[in-house]
Amino acid sequence: MSKPQTMFDKIWNQHVITGKVGEPQLMYVDLHLVHEVTSPQAFEGLRENQRRVRRPDKTFATMDHNVPTKDVFNVKDAIAKKQMTTLQHNAEEFGVTLASVGTEDQGIIHVVGPQLGLTQPGKIIVCGDSHTSTHGAFGAIAFGIGTSEVEHVFATQTIWQQKPKTMGIHIHGNLQNGVTAKDIIMALIGQNGFDYFTGYAIEFYGNVIDAMSMAERMTMCNMVIEGGAKMGQMKPDQTTFDYVRGRKYAPRDMDAAIDYWSQFYTDDPSAYDQVMDFDVSNLAPYVTWGTNPGMAIPVDGQFPEPKDINDEKAYKYVGLTPGHSPEEIKLGFAFFGSCTNGRLEDLKAAANILKGHHIAPGITALVVPGSMAIKEAAEAIGLDQIFKDAGCDWRMPGCSACLGMNPDQVPAGVHCASTSNRNFEGRQGAGSITHLASPQMVAAAAIHGHFIDIRKEAI
Amino acid sequence: MEKFTVFEGKPAVIMRNDIDTDQLIPKQFLKNILKTGYGISLFYDWRYDENGKPRPDFILNKPEYKDATILVAGTNFGSGSSREHAAWALTDFGFKTVIAEGFGPIFYMNATKNGLLPIKLSHDDVQFIGQATDQDRIKIDLPQQTVTFRGKEFHFDFEEMYRYKFINGLDDIDITLQHEAEITQFESKLPDFAANNPGDMSKSELEKV
Ligand code: SF4
Repeated sequence: MSKPQTMFDKIWNQHVITGKVGEPQLMYVDLHLVHEVTSPQAFEGLRENQRRVRRPDKTFATMDHNVPTKDVFNVKDAIAKKQMTTLQHNAEEFGVTLASVGTEDQGIIHVVGPQLGLTQPGKIIVCGDSHTSTHGAFGAIAFGIGTSEVEHVFATQTIWQQKPKTMGIHIHGNLQNGVTAKDIIMALIGQNGFDYFTGYAIEFYGNVIDAMSMAERMTMCNMVIEGGAKMGQMKPDQTTFDYVRGRKYAPRDMDAAIDYWSQFYTDDPSAYDQVMDFDVSNLAPYVTWGTNPGMAIPVDGQFPEPKDINDEKAYKYVGLTPGHSPEEIKLGFAFFGSCTNGRLEDLKAAANILKGHHIAPGITALVVPGSMAIKEAAEAIGLDQIFKDAGCDWRMPGCSACLGMNPDQVPAGVHCASTSNRNFEGRQGAGSITHLASPQMVAAAAIHGHFIDIRKEAI
Repeated sequence: MEKFTVFEGKPAVIMRNDIDTDQLIPKQFLKNILKTGYGISLFYDWRYDENGKPRPDFILNKPEYKDATILVAGTNFGSGSSREHAAWALTDFGFKTVIAEGFGPIFYMNATKNGLLPIKLSHDDVQFIGQATDQDRIKIDLPQQTVTFRGKEFHFDFEEMYRYKFINGLDDIDITLQHEAEITQFESKLPDFAANNPGDMSKSELEKV
């Protein structure tokens, strides 16, 4: 029998144009996703050298990072406006399909790609954004690239990449009620550290993954980058195929496509360079206390004693005390959205908890759907009304307070419960203090004004 | 990209270790949409005071260093974030090469992608070259991989692939396009399940044509 291969190996090998393992290899790119922040210089480079976009049909652009979520046609920030109009001009000049603000396909690029059926198993997908790992949930190889690489992919539809090592993470057991995909990935990072997975392409597998929806799978792959891995993936299965079927850019011959996609699975766990075992049966919901995603603890745990200068700096920044618990964080803000948890399912989960309740006095809560389509679908089933009745602000789609590049910012010194993926200093606005958690946890926290263990308490 | 073979230029010495990308170009300048125009903000926090006025004693503000093309620095140059703007700011100022004891790995890559030659020399060699004033000239011979300063010659290592690119003035895209035939061949073999791509004309649109 031939040597067992990982799913990653199989997809990788099919895309090598030239070069050998151990050195950078020239890889074909099936899908190039583009947004307004990391593309202008790349287009400028093309123009300077009189080059074209080689495959506009494998390129798709939208606007997300700095679109305003209140009044999308009234961009007050001059730089944001410039980046947006520049992308409009570039897309036109280079023949790239663009879902511009206000149009039906617009949204966060990592939400829109899957939603339009562009994200498919077996593809190599790149984007000038680190959370491109999200698309790996479909059994694709998907990773973020830098601006000169964006230019390179535009001109050649290829990228030089060195093959990473692979790690299989076996996720098994039974999740308790109230514990989600977000908690699994946060726990993996919290227990192993924010750079533990550096250099690896991760594949998650096991009964817990098999039972997950695509939204949950995407949440997990989205955050592998917070653990240091550039890529995370899961085997495509019936859930994946059903998700892709019928979408705008789904293959016309789905049977042939599914036939082709079904070859992508790992033959045997022994094919991974490393394996890890993770039993989720006793897992509690997770919350971050500090200034990197590795600084995460179970909601029923206590903030740890500082073990190095980074921890000390983090404590100084967030103003919390070791030994205290997440229930003692006094929240002033709640953010629902981002490419981690801005999908319809996430909004439903949060709305379920908020229904019939009001957020605590003094809390500002923003709800920002991941895309225009999600916004409309949510409104069609009345989610917007539930959020509004609970005292939340219902917005237009975009990255919003995930990175605070537009007016949606958390004020300095304010603690924010957030469904996003990064809790760096100043990430949500200068001086803002971020606590990452699942949509359910953030919803419950918004009601109480502090985190609670949603497994125990009837809300 | 411009060809880089034998080059002689004026050095500017900033003999510090760990000059990170935040010092090369702070993050408030990253929102621009061009690759050019960052030279004026290079070393912003060292070069200008709180009111944005140039500090006359900072080396790059001195008239005699306006035309400096060779930056000499300590170790771990360009560490920190991956921003390519750091390389753009250096080339936009006019630097063609940075001689240092060591480089942050991402910066090193970004430099080679943008025609900025990163030269790594030993501690002692860098200290020796660090005596340079605006009266000195440093000669760099890339084909021979040598730096000549005050009559002394220093050898440096530079990966063959990068050397080829610099000497021939090729960028990454030029190199890749040397594989054009293979890329085209690869494309002709892509699996076909009646893909349905952005920008493809729909049937109804085709009928209109
Ligand atoms: S939602 Fe946040 S993490 Fe996702 S692409 Fe936007 S800024 Fe990046």
